[in-house]
Amino acid sequence: MAGDTLTVKGYIQHHLTNLTYGKLPAGYERVDYETGEQIVLTEDTWTFAHGGEEAAAMGFNAVHVDSLAWSFGLGLVFCWLFRRVAVKASSGVPAGMVNFFEIIVEFVDQNVKDIFHGRNPLVAPMALTVFVWVFLMNLMDLVPVDVVPELMLLLGVPYQKIVPSTDPNITLGMAVGVFFLMLYYNIKVKGFGFVKELTLTPFKHPVFIPLNLFMEVVGFLAKPFSLGLRLFGNMYAGEMIFILIAALFSGGIGWMLAAGLMQIGWAIFHILVITLQAFIFMVLTIVYLSQAHEDH
Amino acid sequence: MNINLTLIGQMIFFALFVMFCMRFVWPPIINAMKARAEKIADGLEAADRASKDLELAKEKAVSQLHEAKEQAASIIDAANKRANQIVDEAKDQAREEGERLKAAAQAEIEQEMNRAKEQLRGQVAALAIAGAEKVLEASIDENAHKELVEKLAAGL
Repeated sequence: MAGDTLTVKGYIQHHLTNLTYGKLPAGYERVDYETGEQIVLTEDTWTFAHGGEEAAAMGFNAVHVDSLAWSFGLGLVFCWLFRRVAVKASSGVPAGMVNFFEIIVEFVDQNVKDIFHGRNPLVAPMALTVFVWVFLMNLMDLVPVDVVPELMLLLGVPYQKIVPSTDPNITLGMAVGVFFLMLYYNIKVKGFGFVKELTLTPFKHPVFIPLNLFMEVVGFLAKPFSLGLRLFGNMYAGEMIFILIAALFSGGIGWMLAAGLMQIGWAIFHILVITLQAFIFMVLTIVYLSQAHEDH
Repeated sequence: MNINLTLIGQMIFFALFVMFCMRFVWPPIINAMKARAEKIADGLEAADRASKDLELAKEKAVSQLHEAKEQAASIIDAANKRANQIVDEAKDQAREEGERLKAAAQAEIEQEMNRAKEQLRGQVAALAIAGAEKVLEASIDENAHKELVEKLAAGL
């Protein structure tokens, strides 16, 4: 927070706090941000949280404004970039950036063809969206950690996390979306077969139905969670290391030089990580939907 | 690290962007790429076909040339034969003509000879008659003895 004395702990915490807008319950005691007075809320109040404690007190009725705004903005960037290519695309000789985007499209299309053997016009566009969108969200990790938050502080915005994929809400939101699609297609394609799959595998005997059901449901539910948490974990850890290295800048000229080199090294390595994580998220999405379409 | 409404918001954005991509991004790009791939395949096929056609045309040209040469050779052959024939015919004609000329000349010669003989005979008769006239002078009747002398002359 702007008013705090800058400690390493405070610095890190500040970088890990989302700009949260949510409902504080009636009776909540908070410090008024401008006057510094202790006030007790008389009724439920929708407001921006000042710090992690208030954000936690808001519970489920809160929105990470920064995550959602960056996520939406990057989604728009994706749509704009590819829509431009879609408008320009023709069967003639492709030129310039069209080539680059067509390579991405072809790459995604090839992956979908390799993994997904059913006929579903949704899967390939979704894979492309997931791949590019997640990549763009991860890419924000390469923006030096202090630039945007400090700019936002100057504009009076207390918190700003610019990497949406370091927010579990974002990654799990996408994973849950994929999960609903898995449920939908499992039921649509297999019908009663889906129930059979949940109850009669791996042990094909009525006696084992409860055991099978338990194992299969756990396995089924684990898919979206592993999908979302894998991306979140990787990006959160990467972001954390950037922040920790950035914290070293306070340790004098020697540390500054070392930290600068480390930032560059980690950033270069991170180019691989962000691409790989976007790719993994896409491939798993295709795999899960492919499993939903495969009737045994 | 709170799970909150952000998750729902992200799900909505996710659905929106996927639908946008599905409707406005993916189909035009992938269709253009497919159309291009087809175009290129067609072009390659056409090139293949053209080179095959070229080869066929070359073969045809070679065979036609060969045929033409054969034809020319046969025409020359026929012309040569005809020329020989014409020469032979001309020779035959010349020979015949020569013979005919020779025969005609011979006939003329014979005729001439006969005429000369006749003339000679007449002259001899006249001479004989003149001689006899001289010998016999007027004692001889020219008309009475003319027949006799002519008989004599014919016996020459």
